[in-house]
Amino acid sequence: MSKKLDMKNKVSVKELAINNLVPILFICICAVGIPLSGYSGSYLLNEILSRLGRNSFLVLSLLIPVMAGMGLNFGMTLGAMAGQIGLIFVSDWNVVGIPAMVLAAIISTPISILLGWLCGTILNNAKGREMVTSYIIGFFMNGVYQLVVLYFMGSIIPISSSALVLPRGYGIRNTVNLETMRKSLDNLIPVNIFGASVPVATFILVAVFCLVIIWFRKTKLGQDMRAVGQDMEVARQAGIKVEKTRVLSIILSTVFAGFGMIIYLQNIGTLNTYNSHSQIGMFSIAALLVGGASVDKASIKNVFIGIILFHTMFTIAPTVGRNLIGEAQLGEYFRVFVSYGVITLALVLYEIRTRREARKALEEAE
Amino acid sequence: MKGISKEFSGNKVLNDINFKLYPGEILGLVGENGAGKSTLMKILFGMDEIRDTGGYGGEILIDGKKVEFRSSEDAIKEGIGMVHQEFSLIPDFTVSENILLNREPEKYSVMSELFGRRLNTVDRKEMQRRALLAIERLGVELDANKKISTLPVGYKQFTEIARELSKEDDEKSADAKGIRLLVLDEPTAVLSEHEAIALLKAMKMLSEAGIAIIFISHRLQEIIDVCDSIMVMRDGLIIKHVDKKEADVQKIASWMVGRSVKQERVVRDTSHISDEIALKVSNLRVDMPGEMVKDVSFEVRKGEIFGLGGLAGQGKIGIPNGIMGLYYALGSVVFEGKDVKLNSPSNPLSSGIAFVSEDRRGVGLLLDESLEWNVSFGAMQVNESFLKKVGPIKFRDNEAIRKVTEEYIDLLQIKCTSSKQRARQLSGGNQQKICLAKAFALKPKLLFVSEPTRGIDVGAKALVLEALKKYNEENGTTIVMISSELEELRSICDRIAVVHDGKIAGTLDATRPSEEFGVLMLGEMKEAK
Repeated sequence: MSKKLDMKNKVSVKELAINNLVPILFICICAVGIPLSGYSGSYLLNEILSRLGRNSFLVLSLLIPVMAGMGLNFGMTLGAMAGQIGLIFVSDWNVVGIPAMVLAAIISTPISILLGWLCGTILNNAKGREMVTSYIIGFFMNGVYQLVVLYFMGSIIPISSSALVLPRGYGIRNTVNLETMRKSLDNLIPVNIFGASVPVATFILVAVFCLVIIWFRKTKLGQDMRAVGQDMEVARQAGIKVEKTRVLSIILSTVFAGFGMIIYLQNIGTLNTYNSHSQIGMFSIAALLVGGASVDKASIKNVFIGIILFHTMFTIAPTVGRNLIGEAQLGEYFRVFVSYGVITLALVLYEIRTRREARKALEEAE
Repeated sequence: MKGISKEFSGNKVLNDINFKLYPGEILGLVGENGAGKSTLMKILFGMDEIRDTGGYGGEILIDGKKVEFRSSEDAIKEGIGMVHQEFSLIPDFTVSENILLNREPEKYSVMSELFGRRLNTVDRKEMQRRALLAIERLGVELDANKKISTLPVGYKQFTEIARELSKEDDEKSADAKGIRLLVLDEPTAVLSEHEAIALLKAMKMLSEAGIAIIFISHRLQEIIDVCDSIMVMRDGLIIKHVDKKEADVQKIASWMVGRSVKQERVVRDTSHISDEIALKVSNLRVDMPGEMVKDVSFEVRKGEIFGLGGLAGQGKIGIPNGIMGLYYALGSVVFEGKDVKLNSPSNPLSSGIAFVSEDRRGVGLLLDESLEWNVSFGAMQVNESFLKKVGPIKFRDNEAIRKVTEEYIDLLQIKCTSSKQRARQLSGGNQQKICLAKAFALKPKLLFVSEPTRGIDVGAKALVLEALKKYNEENGTTIVMISSELEELRSICDRIAVVHDGKIAGTLDATRPSEEFGVLMLGEMKEAK
């Protein structure tokens, strides 16, 4: 939307800068930070490529709800939980490598669909407040997840492996070792450039997902989602089933987030049973916003720019902190501070922009 | 199609309505707000609202056959299309996407076997073709690839109509007979004159193609220009259904309101107008998008009603908005010898200038508050009236607020249940009166009134204008009225300045013939007399 306005106003530099304030800010942070961190180019490249492979799928899963006008879906945490449950099962069954990932994905899908449907239905009752609602649903479902994983698994739900279950006989341990599938996808097609290993297979998967999203936009459902995203009432009048379309967008996002989480964890190699999912939503959303997306507009381009910038900051922050102040902790603090800061800034900017555009629209109607 | 006739009984809103419509006929439907026009059209279109509230009596006949619409889709199948007053368009979609919204042609995709029809891809080429077809039938030039939000209002309206037309080619409704009746609910209300003319031309084209049109409008001249027959409704009854040859503006207007509307000018008592200059505006520039004011200078005498006229978008609305500090303005404004600080909304207010905005729902009213609040909050803020002081703390004086509100309700004949009713629940005309009451409560020395009669019916219009005139005569308040309707300005103003292209094209006495104003509106510069 902003782009179109720019064109009309003959693209003033100031306007352009305001509209892309967040990415510009990050380019500056990275430009200053990279020399200060003292990291070698190949190390950074390696890190970025690995993180790009790890996070892309997750962040891409956010695009569909944005298209349907439901904002940035913090509900992707639900998908992450579903993915983790899948991973716990395959670890228990001693499946390894790629088959383990596929199986985990298959297990996660019905759980994601159920959670997505639930989340979407609740969000339909909270139109216009989707982001905060989905954020809270994430907290709520975290409790349910803990109940299932901490109390039901091993007692009601059969989990046999003693490496997984807590010594008391039920509940899953704090960490689940995924060594057997660690980087099995990343290293499926081993390629090295400039001393950095490239997770080619993961990238292929991400590329396929991008193509799916592009194709999806062209489908009738994609068209309906765009219509619903822009004006629910108009879409309803035209006979589009608004509520159903919105729920579908959340279900799709949740399912893909589940897959994304599995890809993410195969790269990390260990599952933090009670923590892995909790921040993934926030970091993914922050990355997308850093890429220049807004609440109502996000593209594939935003995803990749965002991941590169955000995770460059992530990689260098601790060392920059140590080199500058002598404390790595400061960099750690900086990471979290910046993530929340970015989300806040992006939301405020979005508000300002919407208001400005609403005013313009009103004036044009005169 | 032979005709539609319809009867109602036992329904207070509509009573025994009968009419027939022939193919290609354009029927003008006029009536005051609340006369039952919209209800009638809703019944015709099979809207859910009607069924939810107990259905309707009587019957609708199409081609002599009785039809019963269970939903709007049934109505569409019978070839009835409706264009609503409010646009139902998606701003960031292109014209063609909007025309075929939810009726997009699809291309087969393998995935649809797995996940259902919604995963078929949209066939853009076919979409383009069909959109263009519909636009062509409408006989207007419209770029199908433009985004709706970049188009002027008139073209949005065309898009809506094209959508109704395109429904004819739908494969889905292959059994349907194509569009045969088009209902246009106040399509010209938001259009500029130029756009309206194009729309009327398009309507004539459609009627030649055999499509019957029901045209609802408040602009009587348009109705007379374009319609074959005219139906006037009042209080749920059809008052008149006449051929256009038998009607003129005055007649229609008097049928509508049920009393004769005086068209001739009453000679105004001008004794309270002094030669003293109350407001002097020099070289005013206002940056109000769509209503740019480029260089405006004028003087208003004390006690005068001064009109600012001109076509839409020429800048007349920007003038009060700029002076009141709502939009960025440059230049000098002197009120009663003192400079008015621009770009600061509180300054003009405290110097005794009040403004009734053209955007009454947005700027003028607190829609979800009571009428009392709406009338008094401005005065409380600016003049500190209606306040009781107890020590350092100021309290609202509810008693005084209630009294003053009821006074204005009486004075302006505001139709409401009580002074505690919410502003949202009032009709447009009554909301406008509340805006006036709010401005009057400020006890201003100068009052700007911007488009006070926009979107309200003839009866309410007359009352609003009368109230303004009376207020001016009784209190000697200087009034600057901005309106797109020249006749309205001429009926109450003393002098009228015509704004063209952000500048004053000329100032004339209101008694001058309207041709002279027309010339000014079209931009012929002429020195004020």
